[in-house]
Amino acid sequence: MSFQIKEQDKKYDVCIVGSGAGGGMAAKILSEAGLSVAVLEAGGDFDPAKEEYRTQLKWPWESPRRGANTQRSFGDFDAAWGGWDIDGEPYTRKDGTKFDWFRSRMLGGRTNHWGRISLRFGPKDFKRKDQDGLGDNWPISYEDVKPYYDKVDKLIGVFGTNEGLANDPDGFFLPPPKPRLHELFVKKGAAKASVPVIPSRLSILTRKINSDRGVCFFCAQCNRACQVYADFSSGTCLVKPAMQKGKVELYTHAMVREVITDNEGLATGVLYIDKKDLKEYRIGAKVVVLAASACETARIMLNSKSKAHPNGLSNSSGVVGRYLHDSTGTDRMAFMPELVDRPRYNEDGVGGLHVYSPWWLDNKKLDFPRGYHIEYWGGMGMPSYGFGFGMDTMRKYLLDEFGKPTANGGYGAELKKDIRRIYGTMVGMSGRGESIPQYDNYCEIDPDTVDKFGIPVLRFHYKWTQHEVRQAKHMHDTFEEILTGMGAVLLGEKPGENTQHGLAAPGRIIHEVGTSRMGDDPKTSALNKYAQAHDCKNLFIVDAGSFVSQADKNPTWTILALSWRTSEYIIDQLKKQNI
Amino acid sequence: MDRRENLKLLLTGTVATGFLLSTGCSPEDTKVAEKITGTGLYGRTTDEIAVDKKLKAETFFNEKEKNMVSILADIIIPKDETSGSATESGVPDFIEFMMKDYPKFQLPMRGGLMWLENLSLATFEKSFLEITAEQRIQLIDKIAYPDTAEEEMKFGVKFFNLMRNLTCTGFFTSQMGIKDIGYVGNRPNQWDGVPDEVLKKFNLSYDQKTLDQCLKIEDQQKLAQWDEKGNLIG
Repeated sequence: MSFQIKEQDKKYDVCIVGSGAGGGMAAKILSEAGLSVAVLEAGGDFDPAKEEYRTQLKWPWESPRRGANTQRSFGDFDAAWGGWDIDGEPYTRKDGTKFDWFRSRMLGGRTNHWGRISLRFGPKDFKRKDQDGLGDNWPISYEDVKPYYDKVDKLIGVFGTNEGLANDPDGFFLPPPKPRLHELFVKKGAAKASVPVIPSRLSILTRKINSDRGVCFFCAQCNRACQVYADFSSGTCLVKPAMQKGKVELYTHAMVREVITDNEGLATGVLYIDKKDLKEYRIGAKVVVLAASACETARIMLNSKSKAHPNGLSNSSGVVGRYLHDSTGTDRMAFMPELVDRPRYNEDGVGGLHVYSPWWLDNKKLDFPRGYHIEYWGGMGMPSYGFGFGMDTMRKYLLDEFGKPTANGGYGAELKKDIRRIYGTMVGMSGRGESIPQYDNYCEIDPDTVDKFGIPVLRFHYKWTQHEVRQAKHMHDTFEEILTGMGAVLLGEKPGENTQHGLAAPGRIIHEVGTSRMGDDPKTSALNKYAQAHDCKNLFIVDAGSFVSQADKNPTWTILALSWRTSEYIIDQLKKQNI
Repeated sequence: MDRRENLKLLLTGTVATGFLLSTGCSPEDTKVAEKITGTGLYGRTTDEIAVDKKLKAETFFNEKEKNMVSILADIIIPKDETSGSATESGVPDFIEFMMKDYPKFQLPMRGGLMWLENLSLATFEKSFLEITAEQRIQLIDKIAYPDTAEEEMKFGVKFFNLMRNLTCTGFFTSQMGIKDIGYVGNRPNQWDGVPDEVLKKFNLSYDQKTLDQCLKIEDQQKLAQWDEKGNLIG
């Protein structure tokens, strides 16, 4: 049994910076091997089973803002402490480019509120350069990662179906929930557009996998974090269990400034600022594992300058911070006339989509490389801030008893009635796709700005290319085809060239990866194929910084698998006394 | 309250708030359930509690504005055979809070109320608070319909859109409004697909493949096991 401590100059076998997916997995695997582990988290402790943290099953009226997002980026009930902007922890942008950076400062990081979409990368995803000549291949293949994906499936639990698809590998799935009503309409529309729709793959326990975690009770609120641990969060499923079983000590409110190295350039520990007393502390370790998120890890490396590492830690290649890339994303919404006056029943289901569309086309016939998947949404969800808005433009879609459109706007009993009629008639879809990593998309240390802890902050430079813009255009063409095919009325204008076809600003999809990429050549990569730093053999990175390319999948399942793989390698190398 | 107790309560369906605390549980269960749900907080951090406290201590609307907001809210969402009115559901307090929580609302709201008051004075030589219900509707009709409103009413239309949005959202996110809209979730449930009669109404059905591969609700507590190929065998 471990507990939180605060001591100066404590020494451990391993010091892990960050408690999200990568850090949590490393803490579990390394501590189970008998190693002593310190986990440093820049935010507070969090456990959704504790009443003081719980937002699950709360009602909108329990929030004075009815769940509005004035305090938390995704609304008052969302389980993310932090957001796009954190007081006193700024970041900047260069040359008029855009990048938005989402940070969760809490145990488990962003795994507390994420969508639980848990997709393996496929064989093609590791070797994209071989197919289209763009970007680079990973130094590893699907076969290297498959055993770890298998283990992650069984350890953490994910529902889905084995479909035998070439680039969306099968796994060890729990049974998926049945589609909701709008999802059945989606299937109809997608069939007409020849777009496949299959059960989604989410790390939510529809069945029991062990005695420590409960099963889903279908409240649709995974983004609020689950009090019975029926969805995957790193804190509840990895860090806390590791603390109970092994020699794991958690330091919360520990803002790591730099990795300390010796004269040979080997890591000897980390230096952090305790956010509570604003004092500086050191933790010694034989091995340092960075898992602070792709950009925060790059920031720590770039801020860790020494004689042995003049360019920042393990950055002789100059690639740290570079090749930053996020998923592409754009959305469309529509109204389903057939669902007006729909019968009421509890449609909550799991937190998120019950069906999705994996990438289905051949790029040879398209004007852009790489693919995207489609996520679907709609249904009779719990009203929250924003529900009932927009009747000044929406009411015309409701026909009166003579089949005539109602006047937009209005007031009174008729308006009240129309809001009831329109409830549950909205459907939408979101495309999430793969972008091409670019050397010129990067984060670097801003020479002019420090945060409130005196730590130099990141400055971003990021531009989408025509590849991503054309992909977004294709997404919208597809959305319209599916929506029209399912009998929906498209809302809003189809975004045009002037908005890059509605392509979300980089960072908005919160899949940023690639800032300390792996590779066989130390001149063009920061890490080797085990995510071990080329220039510092006892430094490892287990967040998405190591990604060579982000697939048309969500990154978490790959972060978990790679972290497990790297952790086993660390254990092996310690045994062989190589580090 | 440990997690297991919590879980047990959830699975037996006794965790509920407000109008959901109902049948089949002992007084002890009810007490525990109230403990879970009755803290008046909802997972706030220390900083967030301080923000809410500060906002609640401030006052934005003056007495006259507050009266106008209440009158307008009840014009937008009146009492009917299904539920009460906007003011009965607490909408004015919600709007007051939002003014402070999202300061960008303040100018359009305050200016809009003044604009409407000026319109009332210009039309009836009386304050909006002193004119009759019919006279109020005469004014509201000029600004309630964005597509047909006259050009010089544009600011009023914008103001009334804001007022309509906040009133509707305030009402339908209140306890009264959620009941009215017929939302029956936010409680432990067993999702087993769209009810048959609903499928029938929309001429839809689950195909055999979907039925075969989807969760059988009765299996939820059975420990999942796979063969080496990933087929679920237990």
